[in-house]
Amino acid sequence: MTSRVPSVRPSKSTDGRTARRRWTTFGFLAPYYVPFTLFFLAPIVYAVVQSTVGVRREGGLLGSSQTVFVGIENYVRALSDPAFGESILRVFLFALVQVPIMALGSTALALLLDATRPRIAAIFRSLYFLPYAVPGVIAAIMWATLYQPSTSPLGDIGIEINILNSALVLPSLANIGLWVFLGYNVILLVTALTSIPQEIYEAARIDGASSWRIALQIKLPLIRPTIVMTIVFSLIGTLQLFTEPQVLRSVSQRITSGYTPNMLAYQAAVSNDYGYSAALSVILAVATFTLSILFLRIVQGKSSK
Amino acid sequence: MTAISIEHGRTLKNVDSRGIAAKTLRIVTMTIAALYFVTPLYWLLVASSKSRAELSTTPALLFSDGHLWENLGNLFSQGNGIYLRWMFNSFSYSLVGALFGTFAAALAGYCLAMFRFKGSNLLFMVVLGAVMVPATALSLPLFLMFAGVGLTNTVWSVVLPVLVSPLALYLCKLSAEASVPLEIIEAGRLDGAGEFRIFFSISARLMGPSMVTVFLLQFVGIWNNYMLPLLMLQDNRLFSVTLGLNTWNSQVAQQPELQTLVLAGSLVSIIPLVIVFFSMQRYLRAGVAAGGVKA
Repeated sequence: MTSRVPSVRPSKSTDGRTARRRWTTFGFLAPYYVPFTLFFLAPIVYAVVQSTVGVRREGGLLGSSQTVFVGIENYVRALSDPAFGESILRVFLFALVQVPIMALGSTALALLLDATRPRIAAIFRSLYFLPYAVPGVIAAIMWATLYQPSTSPLGDIGIEINILNSALVLPSLANIGLWVFLGYNVILLVTALTSIPQEIYEAARIDGASSWRIALQIKLPLIRPTIVMTIVFSLIGTLQLFTEPQVLRSVSQRITSGYTPNMLAYQAAVSNDYGYSAALSVILAVATFTLSILFLRIVQGKSSK
Repeated sequence: MTAISIEHGRTLKNVDSRGIAAKTLRIVTMTIAALYFVTPLYWLLVASSKSRAELSTTPALLFSDGHLWENLGNLFSQGNGIYLRWMFNSFSYSLVGALFGTFAAALAGYCLAMFRFKGSNLLFMVVLGAVMVPATALSLPLFLMFAGVGLTNTVWSVVLPVLVSPLALYLCKLSAEASVPLEIIEAGRLDGAGEFRIFFSISARLMGPSMVTVFLLQFVGIWNNYMLPLLMLQDNRLFSVTLGLNTWNSQVAQQPELQTLVLAGSLVSIIPLVIVFFSMQRYLRAGVAAGGVKA
């Protein structure tokens, strides 16, 4: 009896074990991957499908309307929509102002913190990072009130300008983004700086290099990958710009409903122009993805030479 | 030997006078930067304690007669206490999303790090690709899908989408690899413990500190979310506090008395986050540094 069983049983029990193993793995993965599929992947697929659909009216105003497949019509409409072109141009200008200031500012502050005694540096670092705890909406509401001539501290010292209804509106939006995220980038850069072994500086100091030279010629090249990463984040954030201009719309006539590409897509969605909204958000997502990959490639290509 | 020490002494002397100037310049620059970051928050505190008239007539950065309690009273009584409801909503959405999100990401991240099976690499790569996708880019597709199945303007429409964070999974996998030794798992298996038992009694504890980080990042991310609730919700009893405050803010032109409420409400809404920020900054910084991705 026992002599026959082993030849059958092991394979049976291995089968049982692999089956149980499979269930165990499934049990570990399902709580994450089921919602991930439903609420991350599915919406993307849904948006792509939706972007090929449009509403057609038949028989004039009183006729019936029905949803039909329109192919790339929504994309053609987006790319030939002057409002879309303008909004792209606007965020491009915005990036031109914000990205360099963000990169220079955060790098400079990180280098300064790195050259300061740890205890003092920790205090400054906390203060720079603090706005990260403030939601974008609240930051925008705060700054909007600070910009208003009637409530602005600038008014107290005799400067009366209506920032939000002048050409300054774009830089004033950029300022809100800087205020919220600059400290975040400082944290990233400081972490990169702390991971550089101290011996490298020792050697340079013995050779008589000043702290300026150490900062510019040793530290800066070593944290370049992190600087590039923060720039990519800024670019993505700029292309996706939504909250700040959306909040400031109520106090600035300069900010139209289609001020940024995302606002245009939002506007289309709330006016039930779903197909068009889907096409706009697909274009935007593809552009964001391509741009960040492209930028990383260019920089990596350069540094490998 | 003597040559070196003389050399050393000379450089030290040189650095002394130049060093003090450089150090002063450095501290001054850092202080100016700190003022830039802190002044708006100080101003918010000042502004929240002013009446509407005082906002435009008194110096913006100086306290005047204390109207803070009066403003807070108005804030909490406006619209039958709708503000407290918004705070409660934000808190519930963030708590549920971050708790479930952390739990699910810890299980899956641990599984991907520790178990070898077919397709594990692909599963991880899909999520890694999603880390760069900003929340705003996904809000519209989510809205279109929820509108398609008629689920907008429900609690589900703002809770279900925030259950998953690609960054959370990425951080949990890293943490499992770094803090759970394979030998411990093997020992558990030899003792006859099941995989879930090993996870909950040993591995989850080892991953604890990173899970705090993941929880905080996701909590802050959901609390700060604006575009998703803006698209999904019409019923103001379901609003998050950011959405509610901006609804008031956009009505200030028609109802000027809302301005003091918006300011006091903004102040109150960031207090919990600032407290969390200062008490748990270590964990937040760790998350930022490890992920390097905006929540």
